[in-house]
Amino acid sequence: MVRVDAASRRMLRARDEMDRAYDKPLDVPALAKVAMTSEAHFIRTFKATFGETPHRYLQRRRLERAMALLRETERPVTEICLDVGFASLGSFSRTFSRVVGMSPSAYRLAWRTGAGTAGYVPTCVVMSWTRPSDARQNRSFGEAGGDGSP
Amino acid sequence: MLTALTHSFIYVLDHDEALDFYVGKLGLELGMDADLGPFRWVTVHVPGRPESQIVLSTPEMGHDDETAAAIRVLVSKGAGNGVIFSVDDCRKTYEDLVAKGVEFTQEPTEHFYGIDCGLRDPFGNAMRITQPATGPIEIPSPEEFAAESR
Repeated sequence: MVRVDAASRRMLRARDEMDRAYDKPLDVPALAKVAMTSEAHFIRTFKATFGETPHRYLQRRRLERAMALLRETERPVTEICLDVGFASLGSFSRTFSRVVGMSPSAYRLAWRTGAGTAGYVPTCVVMSWTRPSDARQNRSFGEAGGDGSP
Repeated sequence: MLTALTHSFIYVLDHDEALDFYVGKLGLELGMDADLGPFRWVTVHVPGRPESQIVLSTPEMGHDDETAAAIRVLVSKGAGNGVIFSVDDCRKTYEDLVAKGVEFTQEPTEHFYGIDCGLRDPFGNAMRITQPATGPIEIPSPEEFAAESR
């Protein structure tokens, strides 16, 4: 019987790897190796430890970085998509829209017009900013079936 | 009026392993290692700065078995708190500690407040090592601060 805290410590190592190397093409075999466990066991144990699958954690990490780059840089969406580790613009745009409730360019525009000119942050942007970092209130994150409305 | 912060507490899961890390690798000095009967009182401090001690406490100190087990799991999954140290040369310290096998979560990164890096102790506690910026620091807005926090 593996001690629960020893297993948690290994899962934390895999989560740290996602935080650190989110821009790399991380996959389950690579992360399971970091966690020193089998692939099937890794997904199950990670979810038991952190309350979400490794896939969803990595997507949230990438989206959080993408949102920061959209807000703070002038880089084109196509570059940001690759910068944060998405393999294709299609999957980036789809995931971003589903989670944030608007497209990457709409998010950038909403942020700038709202936060920059009026001196306040519009409610829809506050909601979209806070959403991906709040796993507890969005259990369906990353899963199919959400209607994508903000 | 309160005059000083003298003791901070970090949960460690094993005193000897903790001393190997905090003294043997990080280079802190041993403040006190005393067998007080029901528990062991172990403190470390930054070299030459004994006025501020870090108490390395174990979850068993003052807690029932179930509570202690829960704390061990929380620490192992990175849900504990950590501390931030200052150094003169963050990049050199990083290289030295990597050579000693310290587990880093972030390489030295430039921020408005200086250069810092992130690491974990063997148990999962996060800590940072900061080389403070020299000269006047321009404090960013909360939004800029959030955006550069990576």
